[in-house]
Amino acid sequence: MTPRVTRAAPLAALAVALALPLVVPNEYYVQILTQGYVFAISACGLNVILGFAGQLSLAHAGFFGIGAYTVALLATKVGIAFWAGLPAGIALSAVFGFAIGSICLRSKGHYFAIFTLAVGLIIHLVIQKWESLTHGHIGVIGIPGPGAIGPLTFDSGIARSYLALAALVLTLVATSRLLRSPVGRTLMAVRESEPLAAAVGLDVMAAKRMAFTVSAALAGLAGGLYAGFIGFLGPEASNVEVTFNTLLYVMVGGIGSLSGPVAGTFIVYGLSQVLQVLQEYQMVIFGLALVLLILFMPSGLAGAFRRSSPQALKPSSPGRGK
Amino acid sequence: MELFAQQVLNGLVTGSVYSLVALGLTLIYGTMQVPNFAHGHLYMLGAYLSYTLVTTAGLHYWAAMAVAVVALAVVGAALERLIFRPLRHAPHLNSMIAALGVMLFLEAVAQIIWGEEFRHMDSPYAGVVSVAGLLVTEHRLILLGAAALLMVGLLLFLTRTLAGSAIRATAQNAEGALLVGIDTNRVAMTTFAISAALAAVAGSLVAPISLVYPSMGSLVTLKAFAIVVLGGMGSVPGALAGGYLLALAESLGGTYISATYQDLVAFVVLALVFTFKPSGLFKEAA
Repeated sequence: MTPRVTRAAPLAALAVALALPLVVPNEYYVQILTQGYVFAISACGLNVILGFAGQLSLAHAGFFGIGAYTVALLATKVGIAFWAGLPAGIALSAVFGFAIGSICLRSKGHYFAIFTLAVGLIIHLVIQKWESLTHGHIGVIGIPGPGAIGPLTFDSGIARSYLALAALVLTLVATSRLLRSPVGRTLMAVRESEPLAAAVGLDVMAAKRMAFTVSAALAGLAGGLYAGFIGFLGPEASNVEVTFNTLLYVMVGGIGSLSGPVAGTFIVYGLSQVLQVLQEYQMVIFGLALVLLILFMPSGLAGAFRRSSPQALKPSSPGRGK
Repeated sequence: MELFAQQVLNGLVTGSVYSLVALGLTLIYGTMQVPNFAHGHLYMLGAYLSYTLVTTAGLHYWAAMAVAVVALAVVGAALERLIFRPLRHAPHLNSMIAALGVMLFLEAVAQIIWGEEFRHMDSPYAGVVSVAGLLVTEHRLILLGAAALLMVGLLLFLTRTLAGSAIRATAQNAEGALLVGIDTNRVAMTTFAISAALAAVAGSLVAPISLVYPSMGSLVTLKAFAIVVLGGMGSVPGALAGGYLLALAESLGGTYISATYQDLVAFVVLALVFTFKPSGLFKEAA
C-alpha cells in the first residue's frame, strides 16, 4: 500500500461502517454489529496494555464488569441516567485500573499475568457473591438505555449502532494519539526491552501504569455501553472467559496494531454468530486458532498485511523483550 | 475439637490433590519457564478418563488410573513437542497465550465428549473407618497414602536418578545443562509428561470424592498457581508444603470464617504475596 492508500483506508472503512446498518437485512444483524463495536472497544483497550506495553493483563473482564455494573446499578438503584452513569463507569474503571496497575505492574512477565488473573477472578467473585449490591447470579434487570440528547434519540437499534460506532471511532483516535505520544514511545521501548528502556532514563512504571489505566477505562466504556444496550447484566459479563475471548480478538486481528483488534473482533465475533449452529464446537475451533496463530502467525492479520506494506508506525510482534 | 480435627483431615485430603497438581506446574515452570495455564485441564482430562474407563469400560479403578496416567503422559509430551518447544525462543508472551489456547481447547473438547453435566463415579473403597474417633471413608485414606507415596517417589526420582538430576540441572540453568551434554529437549518432554501424569493421578484420585465436569480444572489451576507462587516458582518442596498449607487454610477458613468466600482464599493470598513481594516469596529455585 502506498502512503496515500494507507491514509484513505480508515476513511473507506468508516464509510463502509456508516453504510452497514442501513443495508443489513434486519434488526438482528444491527444488534450483532452494535455488540461487535462494543467488544471491539474492549479489544482496543486490551491491546493498549498487551500490544503497546507487552504486558499480558488477564484482569480485563473485571474492568469491563466494573464499568457495566456501575452503569447498571446507578441507573436501577439511584436513578442516575445512562449519560451520567457512563462517565462514572469509565472513571471508576480507570480509578480501579490505576490502583490495581500500581500494584500489579511491580510484578513482571509471568508474575504479572498470574497476578492479574487472580485479580480478575477476585473482581468476578466479588461481583458474583456480593448479592446485596449486585443481586448475585440473578443479575440486574431493566437497565434503561441511553436517553435522548436534544433531537437525537437512541431507542432504535440503528441509532444505537451509530452511537457504538462513534464510541469506537473515539477509542481509535484516542489510542492512536496515545501511541504517538511520548508515553506511547516509552511503551514501545518497554515492549522491546524493559531493562533497556529503564536504563536510558525512561519512566517505565509511569508509562505502564498509564497504559493499564487507559486499558481499564476503555474496558469500562465498553462495559457501560454493553449494560445500557442489552438492558440486562449478569456476573458472567466479568468472567475470565470474557478476557480470553477479548484476547482472541486481539490476537486474530494483530497484537499491537491499532485497527487490528477491531478487525479481529469482527471476524471472531461475527464467525461465532454465524456459527451458532456449531455452538459446541466453537471453543474447540477458537482454542485451536489461538494456538495455531501464536505458532505460525503471532502478529495476526495486521502482521500479515504489514509484511507487504511498509508503514510509518510499525509496532513489532508481541513482547520482544526478555 | 472434633470439628477442628475433621477439618484438618479434610484439609490434608484436599491438600494432597493440590500438592500433586502444583508439583506438575512447578516442574514445568522450573524447567521451561512456561506458566502452564492448561495444567488444571490435564487434571480434568485425567479425571474424565478414569471415570469413563471405570463406568463404561468396566475397568478396575487402579487399572483405569494407570491407563489415564499413560494417556496423559503422552498428551503432555505431545504438548511440549508440538507447541511449547517451537515457542521456546519466542517472547514469553507467546507461550502464555498458547497455554491459554490449549486450556480453552481441552475444556471445549471435554464438553463435546462428556457434556456439561456433573458426573460422579463410585470408589471401590466405599467403606467408612474410624481413625482416632474420626469417621473417614476408606477412599480418602487411600488418597492420602497414595499421594504421599507418589510424592516421596518423585522426590527420590528427582534426587537419586540420572534423569531426575538432568531435570534439576535444566531447571537451575538450561544453558549450563546443555553445555555438560544434557539433552534439554528430552528433559523438557519428560518433564511435561511427568507433570501431566501427576495431574492425571490427582484427577483420578479426586474423581470418586467430588464431581467431574469440564471446567473443574480452572479453579484448580489458579489455586496451583497460588501455591507455586507461595512456595517459589520452580520449587518442589515449596509446592508440596504450599499445597497442604493452602488446603488447610481453606478448610479451616471455610469453617470458622466464611464458607461463601472459601474459594477466594487462594486468590487473596496470591494477591497479598504479589503486593508485598512482586516476584514471589522466594527467588526462582529448583
